[in-house]
Amino acid sequence: MNSDNPDPIIFVRGVNKTYPGGFQALKNIDLDIKRGEIFALLGPNGAGKTTLISIICGIVNATSGTITADGHDTVRDYRAARASIGLVPQELHTDAFESVWATIKFSRGLFGKAPNAAYLEKVLRDLSLWDKRDQKIMALSGGMKRRVLIAKALAHEPTILFLDEPSAGVDVELRHDMWRMVHGLRAQGTTIILTTHYIEEAEDMADRIGVINKGELIVVEDKERLMRKLGKKQLALVLRKPMASIPAGLNAWPLTLSDDGQALIYSFDTQKEESGIAELLRALGEHGIDFKDLQSTESSLEDIFVSLVHKPMGARE
Amino acid sequence: MNIYGIRAIYHFEMARTFRTLWESIAAPVLTTSLYFIVFGKAIGSRMGDIDSVSYGAFIIPGLVMLNLLNESISNASFGIYMPKWAGTIYELLSAPVSWAEVLLGYVGAAATKSVVLGLLILGTARLFVPYEIAHPLWMVAFLLLTAVTFSLFGFIIGLWADSFQKLQVVPMLVVTPLTFLGGAFYSVNMLPPLWQKITLFNPVVYLISGFRWSFYGIADVNVAISIGMTFGFLIICLAFVWWVFKTGYKIRN
Repeated sequence: MNSDNPDPIIFVRGVNKTYPGGFQALKNIDLDIKRGEIFALLGPNGAGKTTLISIICGIVNATSGTITADGHDTVRDYRAARASIGLVPQELHTDAFESVWATIKFSRGLFGKAPNAAYLEKVLRDLSLWDKRDQKIMALSGGMKRRVLIAKALAHEPTILFLDEPSAGVDVELRHDMWRMVHGLRAQGTTIILTTHYIEEAEDMADRIGVINKGELIVVEDKERLMRKLGKKQLALVLRKPMASIPAGLNAWPLTLSDDGQALIYSFDTQKEESGIAELLRALGEHGIDFKDLQSTESSLEDIFVSLVHKPMGARE
Repeated sequence: MNIYGIRAIYHFEMARTFRTLWESIAAPVLTTSLYFIVFGKAIGSRMGDIDSVSYGAFIIPGLVMLNLLNESISNASFGIYMPKWAGTIYELLSAPVSWAEVLLGYVGAAATKSVVLGLLILGTARLFVPYEIAHPLWMVAFLLLTAVTFSLFGFIIGLWADSFQKLQVVPMLVVTPLTFLGGAFYSVNMLPPLWQKITLFNPVVYLISGFRWSFYGIADVNVAISIGMTFGFLIICLAFVWWVFKTGYKIRN
């Protein structure tokens, strides 16, 4: 899963994690994250996404392997490595009795940064939390708590931001605010790594996609390239007269007949230079098959994701 | 060194104390005042002097130690257990702080609270019983050393505990009995010869004995041994915490 990027901001090599009970959560992970990109890590529940993030951030020890963050080894030079990383965890872990202001001030200090009230004010204003700064966290809604966690992660001005399932349990408005903020951070040069269950979000936001399943990183690819490489297009030809079966002369074409016999479905690979549509239409004409409408559809990232995680390991490319 | 990190942890913990001022400070002071009234005034007035020290004055160092040990352990164990329980420990584990800095923050705050409480109790005792401090610098030294050592011990309990019940087990079932049997209310010399030997296995005997020596110049065991035992326990606790952070035992696995 190595990229051609000569200066990755995160460099993961040969990382394994076996928990004390014997469960192997990560298997020989290699991964490069490019400086300044938005990287989406997708995978079903229990795939190893949070374990990988936790190891990079220093929360969990890897069983073996090496990781650098912004050029610093996360074990030997953990101070510099961790100072460059901000983490928004999946769960709403907050200090319930603290005020919003006190908790982000704590986070900034903990990460070794001198106090800077003006910067913290900006963070809170950007997240629409400034009016809540004196409120105790326990009095905030779930969405507001999520914003507080983002503010805590940004309090020490990290160059790398991990968002672990940031959309889980938040309303549409907050989600849009959050993604606006993510784009803003990227524009300022922050590298963003996110995990999400909302695959359409990854499709909208990410520059590159990584898919992890059962502890193995099965694909890391530029989003557009991934969709071209693994995506399929379908052309539906709505027939003038329904048919019971596909004529034998068309067996060479990857055609399927809809259940009601009203449409022929032609699947083709987006990667090939020729779609074969022109030849198909000619062949249909030769067989006297007339149609009244054409509809073309493209597979979504979700389709690709589902096909990747359900395909047997040996069948993947 | 991450000075800002140490300060952040220390202030966070001290702020927790101020939020719970009644439980943290007022309650132990009140409880100890009751001890002074009951044992110092009511019962103490009917008891003879011990080594020329009135009974009311004799129990002051022991009562201060009793509170110092309990508060140090409970402050530090609660301080590190709460983030574990609430899940906020992710931030501490992902922060650029070393184990020594984490200790300075948590143990420093817990020890500060205990020392303040110990001094408050000493001040309160003055209202009930007259006493003098023969070696004030040694008294402060014992106070600090004990507060730091047992805050460290409390920190270990907080790391080890995975339930509120476990958090209470060691202070309630081990430390409190050892303190009561450690000579807080009596001199070891008052015990039968066999128990005098057995009681020397109780580490709290050395703490109370040394601390009482700093007040009245009388001790059940040699002062140098008291200091040596406390330092020994401090080093064992430090070594254990170092190992925990090195291996990630119970926190990074």
